[in-house]
Amino acid sequence: MTSARMSTADSLRILHSARNDEVVITTMSTAREWTELPSHPLDFVYVPSSMGQASALGLGMALAQPSRRIVVCNGDGCTLMNLGSLVSITAAAPKNLVLLVFDNEVYEITGGQGTAASGRRRADGDSLDYGEMARACGFQKIHVIESVEQWELEVNQLLTEEGPVFGWLKVAPVPGGAGPRSPGPGPERARAFAAALQSP
Amino acid sequence: MGKRLQVDKYHIYQDQEIVSLLEEIGITHVVWVPDSTLGLWEVALTSSPAIELISVCREGEAWAVAAGLHLGGSKPLVIIQCTGLFESGDALRNVLHDYQLPLYGLIGYRSYLNSESLPGDSCLKFTEPVLAAWNVDSIFIDSAEKKDQFKEHYLKCQQAGRAGITLLAEGRA
Repeated sequence: MTSARMSTADSLRILHSARNDEVVITTMSTAREWTELPSHPLDFVYVPSSMGQASALGLGMALAQPSRRIVVCNGDGCTLMNLGSLVSITAAAPKNLVLLVFDNEVYEITGGQGTAASGRRRADGDSLDYGEMARACGFQKIHVIESVEQWELEVNQLLTEEGPVFGWLKVAPVPGGAGPRSPGPGPERARAFAAALQSP
Repeated sequence: MGKRLQVDKYHIYQDQEIVSLLEEIGITHVVWVPDSTLGLWEVALTSSPAIELISVCREGEAWAVAAGLHLGGSKPLVIIQCTGLFESGDALRNVLHDYQLPLYGLIGYRSYLNSESLPGDSCLKFTEPVLAAWNVDSIFIDSAEKKDQFKEHYLKCQQAGRAGITLLAEGRA
């Protein structure tokens, strides 16, 4: 882990600025940071979640709403918990789905324990390469984002190129980072979100 | 392509029969992990012009994909085996209870009609109590005489805006 990694908060601020009418699904650490920014009717703050299922949720939305861009802001721990969903996504191949993995190499909200993909938890000391994982799972559009400057340059491309698109953002963990809070009761939020999706 | 249906007493629905039924009730997407009974419907499902078949890798994904489809205005159906019900509990809990989405599942009950290939299959011990524990409106179809109940129950649950499950007895694994 190096201090040069961008922060999740900064990377989400860049996405927030670039976003137009895309659906944005956030979960875990990304939900905590996203809810600090002004909200949008097409935000789906997936809290409470079934950890790992944000990518699958986004796949379903992308298939149901092919004219809308769906952006999933996932964590690395969440991604590891549901690696098969990468294969499910590329099997269905929705052109409107963007899966972003904010990789801080730890389970941040439980205290910063290393994931099984992080170098500190691996026998050889080498962290796994999510870009290569995505490629092996069938993604063809893969972006590896290592700095704020690079993310600012590439974010619009990720939001507009034909998907499915995979973005691996290397971010720094937040020591002592709190867990995300639900912005309100799930059923009401789900109904409001579904209504927003149906509106032109 | 999957195998064609072998009609026998252990298969309550024939392939074209179930697909016609799903079309009739307006299902737009089937999200599934097949087993050896449900999988016999693959050819008919993929041949349907009205239904899109979504294959996922593990059953928890199926509930979440169905949730996304529902929020996007589609009418999905989850089709998995009872072992997948065991696997997918957290995903089911999240979408059916945390978000109270009116999703519907058709769950194959392994070994119920014939356990000769898996004598003592523990699915027979755990399927019904696990399903009951999830507190989802459910019915059990264990014979051809009951197969009309699926449509009735699906429509009743949709009208009430609540989730539902049909447990479907299967033959050997």
